[in-house]
Amino acid sequence: MSINYTNAVIFGLIIGTTARLYMMRTDYRQYPTYLHGKIVHVALGFIAAGLGSIFIPALLQKNYTAITFLTLAASQFREVRNMERNTMTELDSFELVPRGKTYIEGIAVAFESRNYLVILTSLVSTGVFLYGNWPFTVTAVLLMFAICKYLMSGKKLKDLADIEFVQPIFVGNGLHVGTIYIMNIGHPARQKEILDVGMGFILTPKNFNYRNSLANLGQRQAILHDTATSLGIHRDSGTPSLTPLIKRDLKDGKIGIFLLPQLRDIQKAIEVIGGVPVLENAIKIPSERDTKENNQ
Amino acid sequence: MTFEKTILAVLTTSSTVEIESTHLFKFKSSSEMDDFAANLEAILDGIAHKLNEEVYIIVRH
Repeated sequence: MSINYTNAVIFGLIIGTTARLYMMRTDYRQYPTYLHGKIVHVALGFIAAGLGSIFIPALLQKNYTAITFLTLAASQFREVRNMERNTMTELDSFELVPRGKTYIEGIAVAFESRNYLVILTSLVSTGVFLYGNWPFTVTAVLLMFAICKYLMSGKKLKDLADIEFVQPIFVGNGLHVGTIYIMNIGHPARQKEILDVGMGFILTPKNFNYRNSLANLGQRQAILHDTATSLGIHRDSGTPSLTPLIKRDLKDGKIGIFLLPQLRDIQKAIEVIGGVPVLENAIKIPSERDTKENNQ
Repeated sequence: MTFEKTILAVLTTSSTVEIESTHLFKFKSSSEMDDFAANLEAILDGIAHKLNEEVYIIVRH
């Protein structure tokens, strides 16, 4: 490998690792965990950057064996998904409000896919470094970062539904949020506690497609987990009556969210619910179904 | 062993309720039954559901 290739590979390595750092944000979810969890992913990102940046020089040297091995090495990143899934599933049983399997799967897939984005970023960076001038290289790198950012961002719940606050009420012993039945709480002391602490929200889907996404049990669990993380949770082990729940109005697809937050701020709660990510696996688009097929 | 989605206990002030499949607790007053239900809820890690003014069931979900 000539000296030019070495510079190009180092350039691709740096850009790829920077891209991984850029795509890794430890936010309110505290995942990856500060600091050791991050080291694992930065190290994997570095390896991915290495694979991506070596690809084009190996191709130019007609070193097809190396390329074959690179493809094999890239397939190892599938293990990242398994690793994340296993870790989070183990930890989930100790959460007061679990993430749920759909949310975990979504996060695990995101971690895997980000390594592939790093490979692509490094590959492109090395390529433009070898063949382009500096302005072109900088533009290409910035474009890759923009693509990474675009692919990282998904829809939020506020894009799918209108959120409205309603105070939970008891009709007999049945807890209701609006007209949506949540659960039966028998003990008068628990009922009083729930009315003191509880908050209710109605989510009205903006169109028919979104009804199915909101109905998804994994999406609902994600809402409960994220709100509990951001607003706190008024419950402990051994208090099963104090459980936040989401139920669905079967007639119009609205969902009723019952929360037990420690921070009772309506505006903040609406913002938190609106900011919950829409899980990829919860998205269904029934309107895309071919209408001709329906007419037959 | 944990029992989930099963009725762990029935509490009642009614003399007509008879159940053999699970534990049945009978009380003379509602207040006595309420206190007992609160304790059982915590001990059994279940929820006290009220079916009518005379009957509680404790269920673990």
